[in-house]
Amino acid sequence: MPHWLELMAASFGSLMVAGLVFTVPLTILSFAGGLALGSLAAMVRLFGPRPLASLVRFYVWIIRGTPLLVQLFVIFYGLPSAGILIDAFPAALIGFTLNVGAYTSEVVRAVIASVPNGQWEASYSIGMSWSQAMRRTVLPQAARVAVPPLSNSFISLVKDTSLAAAITVPELFQAAQRIVAVTYEPLILYVEAALIYLAFSSVLSILQARLERSFGRSGGFAGARP
Amino acid sequence: MIRLTGIEKRFGLNKVLKGVDVVVPAGSVTALIGPSGSGKSTLLRCVNLLEAPDAGEVEIDDVRLSFRAGERPRKDAVRTLRLKTGMVFQSFQLFPHRTALGNVMEGLVTVLGWRPDRARDRAMALLDKVGMAHKAEAWPSTLSGGQQQRVAIARALAPSPRVLLCDEPTSALDPKLAAEVVDVLRTLAHEGVTMLMATHDLRLASTIARNVVFLDDGLVVEEGTARAMFTAPRDSRTRSFIAHITETAVHAWTD
Ligand SMILES: Nc1ncnc2c1ncn2[C@@H]1O[C@H](COP(=O)(O)OP(=O)(O)OP(=O)(O)O)[C@@H](O)[C@H]1O
Ligand SMILES: [Mg+2]
Repeated sequence: MPHWLELMAASFGSLMVAGLVFTVPLTILSFAGGLALGSLAAMVRLFGPRPLASLVRFYVWIIRGTPLLVQLFVIFYGLPSAGILIDAFPAALIGFTLNVGAYTSEVVRAVIASVPNGQWEASYSIGMSWSQAMRRTVLPQAARVAVPPLSNSFISLVKDTSLAAAITVPELFQAAQRIVAVTYEPLILYVEAALIYLAFSSVLSILQARLERSFGRSGGFAGARP
Repeated sequence: MIRLTGIEKRFGLNKVLKGVDVVVPAGSVTALIGPSGSGKSTLLRCVNLLEAPDAGEVEIDDVRLSFRAGERPRKDAVRTLRLKTGMVFQSFQLFPHRTALGNVMEGLVTVLGWRPDRARDRAMALLDKVGMAHKAEAWPSTLSGGQQQRVAIARALAPSPRVLLCDEPTSALDPKLAAEVVDVLRTLAHEGVTMLMATHDLRLASTIARNVVFLDDGLVVEEGTARAMFTAPRDSRTRSFIAHITETAVHAWTD
């Protein structure tokens, strides 16, 4: 067995464990949290009272206008000076959730607004209430349009979680760094880490394609063709 | 029966309806004609409260609602009126994520809380009535405009409204497809469905409507039987408008 393959095989276990114990949960939890937060923020911006809507705009402005790495440093290294101590994993979770929330709120807002007004009116005209129109008519159409941009955010997030290494979360990339520190084989280990990230995000791409296909059943509808 | 009394509606400074009175007797069809911007769509939308009138009264059968500017109609009142009315839109507005059958069932299941099998039976009967039973499982995007509009008519009729409001039901269709829709509406008219319809389609107005109301600049200028309005209009604005649509209709039919 060549040396590089031997090294990859020997370190594969610890990289995979770091990936499955930290990278994957961090990705899934912060995406779920961010999607919930973003949907709420989008609803507030579209339908909420004005002061709350401004607050949401402020939040989106801050998060989108500053680097994710800096946000993580503020939460993990900065907040303790203000007396707020948060462990590395929860700090990363908070940072990523806030970040995903800001970006997805824009996506959710746009896709809900993209459903034509006539669809609301058709729903009202058969007697539906606002919430019935939202649930039965608008959200299903918005969801279909939202799959590609939300999948993009999800896949970016898998890769962005490597930034958590910088605030001491022992995730996949940090596991690779540790092995490099003792083996002095950066090329082999970092390529291996990259391949594992690639595998994770490819799984997501496949799921995205499936989801789009199942939405495509309705023969593609006007105004919403991808 | 629809009785509209003194309906006023403004958008900002633009007063679109200036006190409109219209009565549509039960079991009859009234056509609403008038130039673009005269307020036909707005008037129809005031009947099912897609727009809240600023003043006036809307009465449908046994329900009567009065309106005042700045006062939102109560939710249960809105719901009551919407269940008494069905609406057909110029651009169909079928739900694209539901099949033809799903579109017609939607109001029965979601709004009236019917069990799906019962809703399905009624929806199939309505699709059959509009000649679309063979396309029950089709997605709207695969249907022609005329087919979509016929499904939309079935959807509007599903919750058994007392009146049908149609906003230019044929004007997005070429003459051949429009004819399909006119046929369906004519059948409904013969069955005694009460209808108020805005239209530029002379064939629709003259063959289906018993009465015609001519609206101009937010006011009823003239009204009468379809025959009287189309053959002997009194007001000069009515005369020139009818001359104008007759000319366009002839063009459309000879094209
Ligand atoms: N939601 C709205 N906001 C502001 N102005 C509106 C709105 N809806 C309608 N209007 C205005 O009200 C006037 C009447 O419009 P309406 O759509 O009722 O006319 P119409 O008779 O149906 O015309 P058309 O034959 O072109 O359909 C127009 O000047 C229009 O610009
Ligand atoms: Mg109109």
